[in-house]
Amino acid sequence: MRFLLVEDNADLAHSVADRLRLDGHAVDSAGSLAEARDCLAAAPYDLILLDISLPDGDGRDFLKAERRLGRDTPIIVMTARIEVSDRIDVLDLGADDYVTKPFDFAELEARCRAVLRRRGTALQTVQHYAGLTFNPLNATLSVGAELRELRNRELRLLEILLAAPERIFSKDQICDRLFSYAESVTDNAIEVYIGRLRKKLEGSDARIETVRGIGYRLTSG
Amino acid sequence: MIRAPLSLRLRLVLQLLGIAAVLAILLYFTVRTVAEQAAETTQDGVLGAATLSIAERLQGGDDGVGLDLPYEAFAILGSISQDRVFYRIEASGETLTGYSDLPMPSETSATVVPVFYTVQYRDAEVRVAAVARTVLVARLPVQVLVMVAQTRLGQDAIAQRVANRAAALGVGSFMLAAALSLLTTGSVLRPINRLADAVGRRGPQDLRAVDHPTPAELRPLITALNGFIARLRGALSRTETFIAEAAHHIRTPLATVRARAEIAMRQSNSEETRETLRAVIRAVEESSRSAGQLLDHATVIYRSDRLVDETVDLASLLMGLASAFEPTAELKDLAIKVSGTDRPVKVQGDPPLLESALRNLLDNAIKYSAPETQIDLALSQDGVCARIEVLDRGRGLLGQGQSRLTGRFQRGKNSTDVVGSGLGLTIVEEVALAHGGRFELTEREGGGTCARLFLPLG
Repeated sequence: MRFLLVEDNADLAHSVADRLRLDGHAVDSAGSLAEARDCLAAAPYDLILLDISLPDGDGRDFLKAERRLGRDTPIIVMTARIEVSDRIDVLDLGADDYVTKPFDFAELEARCRAVLRRRGTALQTVQHYAGLTFNPLNATLSVGAELRELRNRELRLLEILLAAPERIFSKDQICDRLFSYAESVTDNAIEVYIGRLRKKLEGSDARIETVRGIGYRLTSG
Repeated sequence: MIRAPLSLRLRLVLQLLGIAAVLAILLYFTVRTVAEQAAETTQDGVLGAATLSIAERLQGGDDGVGLDLPYEAFAILGSISQDRVFYRIEASGETLTGYSDLPMPSETSATVVPVFYTVQYRDAEVRVAAVARTVLVARLPVQVLVMVAQTRLGQDAIAQRVANRAAALGVGSFMLAAALSLLTTGSVLRPINRLADAVGRRGPQDLRAVDHPTPAELRPLITALNGFIARLRGALSRTETFIAEAAHHIRTPLATVRARAEIAMRQSNSEETRETLRAVIRAVEESSRSAGQLLDHATVIYRSDRLVDETVDLASLLMGLASAFEPTAELKDLAIKVSGTDRPVKVQGDPPLLESALRNLLDNAIKYSAPETQIDLALSQDGVCARIEVLDRGRGLLGQGQSRLTGRFQRGKNSTDVVGSGLGLTIVEEVALAHGGRFELTEREGGGTCARLFLPLG
């Protein structure tokens, strides 16, 4: 996905952009509303991540203006003040959703996905691999003519593996991305999901290989 | 040692009773004096008439003063009471008849109008009327002094009766005044008591200005009280602003730390480093959650003293929240099932507070649910109350009481592996109480927790 990140705190902007790029997203960063307008004029974006307090104005005014001008690129507001009234406010002004800083990137991604799914305006969503057609927005996997639904954790597991086929991911690496840091997971919890995903991949050339003592990888053939 | 000043009621009652007592005593003496004078006047009238009628019968003659004592005059005197009657008729220094030792008037001026005086005679006090009359004896004028005396037993008896009546009157009027003064005290003090009641009835977090109708005399007190309340509210609001600011300033760097830690974790292959980074991320999560809930809690405290009273449709609120939490729940493959929201359920309340309470309940349910289970959000009403149930298939309460879990900064003993601040349920309970509702936390049949929020229907 292609993100426009509007955030004036350089440290945070940098970190968030880097973090999103790790998941394979394209991110442009704008430090002010003026820069954001320039970026929007130059390229189309799947999603705008918008901070509220910016040096040249209030993010909410930007939000209002965008909507008034009929531009409907999905906007997710990032707030640090989490007063309930603020949250309701931004939704009324036309934001698609909001996240509170510091955000869980898995949750941010889930919210982005939910917004794009609702809007149905994503630029590029479908991925192909070894006879599979994977649509992360709809959480579906097609093998031939058969459409299979993926649960969220199966979907994210497939995303992880599909981002770098043939690469070996350790159990820990997968766990860290699949489970929230706020919950504790047992070591073999991951095996359950690997098992399920294998079932969903049946009939295609793609398969998940266990690399003993190291981890898993997605491979074909 | 400083003694507490007398109560206003006691003061007023004592002073009013004092005044009533003085007035009653004055009344007693006045009535007595007036009555005694009236009795004396009556006796004097009768005595005077008797004396005059004796004097009338005096007749001059050649050989002396002739006297035909009119016994009916004595009869009149005697009929009044058991009083004894004395008389003396004196002419030219010689007692013609009667009691020669009956004292003469101090002033011997001859007068046809009776002179009255009181003297001690024969061990009794007597009232004497004296009349002088001139008769001709052997063609010469001779002054004859007629004195009639009467003991004062009858008059004393009357005086005694009157005194008794006056005393009864005094006591009666004192009692009446006492009763009236109690009533007056009550009615004078009623506005003060009402004000005290109105202020006393307030909840511990009610910081609205006192606008109870009060008499002018109490207004300075109310003004001072309201000034004090306003200062307190100002202090609270500054605290809230401070917490909000603090939350803002803590959250932004935390977001950076978290993003950086996640990046480092992705790039690190050392298990030790990853373990450290995991701990960092957990700590970040914990502090941001605490900051959020501290702010929520401050907001609840701040808002519950002046509840915004709006009509809130719980059905649409619940549906909105359920869809807002869906992506979060999805991460654990949790399904949120909402029921009972097909028609509006309206309560009166403060929308941000109600949202905050429900958000905390949902947040808890998601945190503690086992993956791939269902969270039920059920809305219902029973004519008096709206009931919101949040049911999860989490770890349940493990026998811990609700009061322990809703205490401030208290967390369940089975929750050490889940990030939390221990304020969530406190917030829910406070919001329920602020709206006149209640909050129940019970073990769910078949495992999990059942949280019920009851709110009075609007």
